[in-house]
Amino acid sequence: MSVMLQVRVWRGGAAGGAWRQYDVPRRESQTVLDVVTHIQRALDPTLAYRYACRVGMCGSCAMTVNGAPRWTCRTHVDKVAQDGRLSVAPLKNLPVIRDLVADMREFFDKWARAQGQFKGARTRADDFERIAPGSEARRRADAAIECIGCGVCYAACDVVAANPGYLGPAALNRAWTLANDARDTAQGARLRAVAGDRASLACHTHMSCTERCPKALSPTAGIAGLKRAVARAALQGRL
Amino acid sequence: MSRRAETLLWVAQRASAAVLAVCVLAHLATLIYAVQGGLSGAEILARTRGNVAWLVFYTVFVLAVAVHAPIGLRTVLAEWLGWRGRARDFALIAFAVVLAGMGLQAVRGVVA
Repeated sequence: MSVMLQVRVWRGGAAGGAWRQYDVPRRESQTVLDVVTHIQRALDPTLAYRYACRVGMCGSCAMTVNGAPRWTCRTHVDKVAQDGRLSVAPLKNLPVIRDLVADMREFFDKWARAQGQFKGARTRADDFERIAPGSEARRRADAAIECIGCGVCYAACDVVAANPGYLGPAALNRAWTLANDARDTAQGARLRAVAGDRASLACHTHMSCTERCPKALSPTAGIAGLKRAVARAALQGRL
Repeated sequence: MSRRAETLLWVAQRASAAVLAVCVLAHLATLIYAVQGGLSGAEILARTRGNVAWLVFYTVFVLAVAVHAPIGLRTVLAEWLGWRGRARDFALIAFAVVLAGMGLQAVRGVVA
């Protein structure tokens, strides 16, 4: 293990920026977030970055590490450093606020546009909806539901880069979990929201989202499910 | 274009792709068979002229191409050149008509 890491960090804002070099002491079990935190606390307090839980739950610390989007709190330097070098930049496909902080508004606005909100009809006076844990729809929802909203899939998606209006893998994955929720009453509106050239049908199945998802989810599989549902609805005149 | 129309275009592209998968394989297999058998152009034409089966096969093939290619090009134009909207769609309808016209003329040359 080399004593120092050579770290290249992207510094700048919406108008542009440049790489800046820092030397960071190498430590055992060091994560990329540890490296960035060391830079801010010991070398350059003006560095802006974002994190909260440090344990892979909150989804706020994603950055571009050596060219690929990753959750930095659970990414060990061992796994990504090349010859003692690291490069850290903000997530791609999102505007930069400052340094490593990407503006997530568009990302989450797209969740809303994909009808990512649960809409139920029951009140507290009603009994629970009974959903068999082994039912097909429940298993499909289970497979997609652990998303932490980190934006890694969105930053990895080539279709978002080519078609900025595209809703992206995370929003569509969320829509897929709700499309499989028997309690939800907004299925028609959701299917319309995820149909068309800027939604599920735009996915080219490159599977970068599935490759990069830190929670090992497969947004690609959910999007394929939405494509089938949307195609069926269009053919039956329900769209 | 409405979301339903966009979705139906997507379905048409998938369906035409399924047809093309069969047509391309049959076309290539026939091509290789005919060439290996040492058939001349005149001998091939003697077999295809007046043959309804080849007429139907190649007409379906040409129409599947005329459906499939413009829809794919529609996405390419949007994603690579940022060209969206009605002007693009009308240009692609014209492209589909040209493809179908040239293809059907070729079919006529082989079968009629």
